[in-house]
Amino acid sequence: MKSPTISAPRSSGRRRWPDMGRALLKVLDRGAPLFASLLLLLIWELACRLFQVPAYLLPTPSAIVQGALAVALESWLGHIWATLRVSLQGYALAVAIGIPLAVALANSRLLSRTLYPQLVIIQSTPIVAVAPIIVVVLGAGDAPRVAITFLITFFPIVVSTVTGLLATPPAMLELSRSLGASRLREVKNIQLPFAVPYIFSALRISVTLAIIGAVVAEFVAAEDGLGFFIAFSTSFFKVPQAFAALGVLVTLSLALFQLVSLTQRLLFPWSLPDAEK
Amino acid sequence: MTTRIEPDGSRPAIRFDRVGQVFSGSDGGSVTALEDVSFTLRRHEFVAVIGPSGCGKSTLLRIIAGLVKPTGGQAEIYGLPVTGPREEVGIVFQQPTLLPWLNVRDNVTFPMKHKHGRVTPAEKQRAGELLAMVGLEDFATRRPNELSGGMQQRVGIARALLHDPDILLMDEPFSALDALTRDEMSFELLRIWTERPKTVLFITHSIPEALLLADRILVMSARPGRVREIIDVGLARPRSMETLSEPRFHEIANHIRAQVFRPAALA
Repeated sequence: MKSPTISAPRSSGRRRWPDMGRALLKVLDRGAPLFASLLLLLIWELACRLFQVPAYLLPTPSAIVQGALAVALESWLGHIWATLRVSLQGYALAVAIGIPLAVALANSRLLSRTLYPQLVIIQSTPIVAVAPIIVVVLGAGDAPRVAITFLITFFPIVVSTVTGLLATPPAMLELSRSLGASRLREVKNIQLPFAVPYIFSALRISVTLAIIGAVVAEFVAAEDGLGFFIAFSTSFFKVPQAFAALGVLVTLSLALFQLVSLTQRLLFPWSLPDAEK
Repeated sequence: MTTRIEPDGSRPAIRFDRVGQVFSGSDGGSVTALEDVSFTLRRHEFVAVIGPSGCGKSTLLRIIAGLVKPTGGQAEIYGLPVTGPREEVGIVFQQPTLLPWLNVRDNVTFPMKHKHGRVTPAEKQRAGELLAMVGLEDFATRRPNELSGGMQQRVGIARALLHDPDILLMDEPFSALDALTRDEMSFELLRIWTERPKTVLFITHSIPEALLLADRILVMSARPGRVREIIDVGLARPRSMETLSEPRFHEIANHIRAQVFRPAALA
């Protein structure tokens, strides 16, 4: 921009407009995802009104908001807490079992040959189909719901952690062995830290799966929770209310996903890809 | 881990006694990496091992490091057969092999943390001194990925020197660096070696690098790896940029080149 022949401004009045234009473009660029979402809601609202879609088929966004407000806050909080409680318990259990199991699988050929096929079978079983059976076996209460959530969340954690552990560069393992350190220290000081980016990518996916697991469990057997609330609302054709619960679930899922990302950012900043630093 | 033995000037620091190494492949075949390799390193001697790719020079280093057991003969350190990794040995790998989750200082003290589970204040201080020696005292709290390749390998050298090993094994440590950094690192290593004399086994495939650094050069032949010739470099120390233009430097360089490229059948 230093070349005088090209960019010498002729008058100050002309210069201000492009600047403002650029600022406006920047705002539009920053807010693009938000604007797109708002635009979509607007189209939804207008289309429903224009074609007079009945509320029990597809409610307008405004009807959904009204439906949400019609339900008491304590009722919302109760359902949210029920879903969150089950999701987080199942997720915590999956992390607590999945990561040590992954360490065992990555370090033992025998274990990986005997246990891994079983894990694949479990993963290949549609959990939604197994859910009623689990409810019969484990009875009422949180236990079957936590079990279903656990089954949905733990496989990605195990697979991704094993992948990370086995991806440890041979040179790092040679460094460890040249120091004559124990196998346990090798896992703790080299393999696990190396697997951290892999573990976190699984933790991010699994936390959203945990919400799915809890909702599936609530469909099958529950007297509270957002999944139960959706099933209950639709059975009474309170579709706007069901959509509102869906919106809450999406928000919950996004919040947990961001929370896991934030945890990685705070505790393991070195493990982020360069683009995210 | 064996206990550290007192270096003894009368015994060779490193001795390879008819060492052979045969690797069996997964297809049932086998590859002879080393055959009947015998030579000794005196204490505080700098020996470079040079040879074409696949001549088993890295295997030689792994044997003396206790990472690989030879299938024939034996390797000794101060007269004791090597059965596993030893205290008096420090290793610098081909790649810096720094741990990205630790800062530079913690990478240098990592061997202590890994072996003993903790790092003493004295070791921490020593890490600081070593970093100063390799010119990285201002980078102690940086992460490895913030450092250039040459700087990373300096950290690798500082790490290998932390427990003040009597023997330093270096496996093509500068081969991943650009030519200019490489020369700079060679002189840096000479300076460190002069300050703290050590027995060095230096694997390389660069003839000028071997000539600049070593007291003796072991020339190896490829497949199977055998000792073709042991050359006394005989260039005066301290060596500098001027060493590179001495007639004897070129004389030996040409001689080694001829040795390396001579077909095995004529050996």
